[in-house]
Amino acid sequence: MECLIGIRGKDFVLMAGDSVAGRSVVAMKKDHDKMYQLSNRLLMAACGEGGDTVQFAEYIAKNIQLYRMRNGYDLSTKAAASFTRRNLADYLRSSTPYFVNLLIGGYDDSDGADLYYMDYLGSMVKLPFGVHGYGSFFVLSVMDRYYKEDMTRDEALVLLQRCIDEIHERFIINLNSFKVKIVDKEGIHVMKDLRPTTKPPEETPGTQSMDIV
Amino acid sequence: MLGKLKNANLDLLLPEPLLPPDLESYPEFHSKYINSKNTNALINLSHGTTTLAFRTSQGIIVAVDSRATSGTYIASQTVHKVLRINSHILGTMAGGAADCSYWERYLSILCIKYELENKKKITACIASKLLANIIYSYKGMGLSMGTMIIGGDGKTLDIYYVDNEGTWIKGDLFSVGSGSTFAYGVLDSEYRFDMPIEESIELGRRAIFNACFRDAASGGGVSIYNVQTSGWAYLGRFDTSDLYWNNYKK
Repeated sequence: MECLIGIRGKDFVLMAGDSVAGRSVVAMKKDHDKMYQLSNRLLMAACGEGGDTVQFAEYIAKNIQLYRMRNGYDLSTKAAASFTRRNLADYLRSSTPYFVNLLIGGYDDSDGADLYYMDYLGSMVKLPFGVHGYGSFFVLSVMDRYYKEDMTRDEALVLLQRCIDEIHERFIINLNSFKVKIVDKEGIHVMKDLRPTTKPPEETPGTQSMDIV
Repeated sequence: MLGKLKNANLDLLLPEPLLPPDLESYPEFHSKYINSKNTNALINLSHGTTTLAFRTSQGIIVAVDSRATSGTYIASQTVHKVLRINSHILGTMAGGAADCSYWERYLSILCIKYELENKKKITACIASKLLANIIYSYKGMGLSMGTMIIGGDGKTLDIYYVDNEGTWIKGDLFSVGSGSTFAYGVLDSEYRFDMPIEESIELGRRAIFNACFRDAASGGGVSIYNVQTSGWAYLGRFDTSDLYWNNYKK
């Protein structure tokens, strides 16, 4: 029931995740941040089984920090994503697989902005935009229609708002708040939470009736 | 629906909830989706209890019921579901009583160890994370716990929810257990961050009472604690039947 969205722009990656942490039928926390900072210019959004997301994300984050401490420089986005994928794949056939779906967005000086899409089976692909969760059924077509290469930050935020509005319009689960972050050359910037702008449908007399007449 | 009503004993007739269109009856729905071994089960109403904790500008109120059930048998009406981890931190019990009481007792040992090693009081963040990591290592092995770690180190005041799936989240208002949905109903209607302390105590009491009223697995009495930066204080136990007949009967 979670939704993660990533959009790659000209020199930045925009990442958003819904902010509902739910257990069974209850929304336990409605301002939950599903994005974890791996390093100065690397951000990972994780969704999936409750404990696995936090434990796996923290494990990866600490290992990436360790690399930095040992070697004096940060891992590139590609290397960090490969490292993460390798861990997912290695644990997949162990007795403790991690049921997490990830989006990793980062900025390198050599490759620019990159977005990697990973799932719990250990598959990874570099994408211009990626969505996890049921929200993807609604949002991918919106992205296909309106995404273009080298978007500016404002254009990407408008596209993200469109996606959130579509989810609110058609997805049965109420995801009415999204945490948003941008990764670029300067680092990770926390943006304002985004909410759907569409209003609930108004009552129009007579037209909804399905009585047999 | 009318066919079923024809021969029914109307004294025992209870409103049945709406079912998805492809299911025949409530027992089928129950076995398929609630508490089943089926991994697609969407509703897992385990943790037969109601506990809640919420934070206001005046401190934290913790309220719990005191019923323990094994199946449909009420094993006890006087269970202590708030566990005192140290003078500043409380833990609540929901789910398996043995799991909660054992691991939270173990947690108090770890808290003492932390204070000795680091020469400062442990915060709820660290304590809850210690517990969450232990529970995570037993993931899938059948632990059943839905617990809240509440308190601080003398400067901070937090509520963390930790459960047997490895969830670890911080928040201002939580309710855990089979009666949690009923408690949320009352809590969400009246909760404000800047409530005065008497109102928040009454709200906690009322929310547990309403959950005990509707949930079969919750009852006995309402125990209330108040947690401030200076530590926790036990405010008393209120029997649910007394509350009903003397206070809340409409």
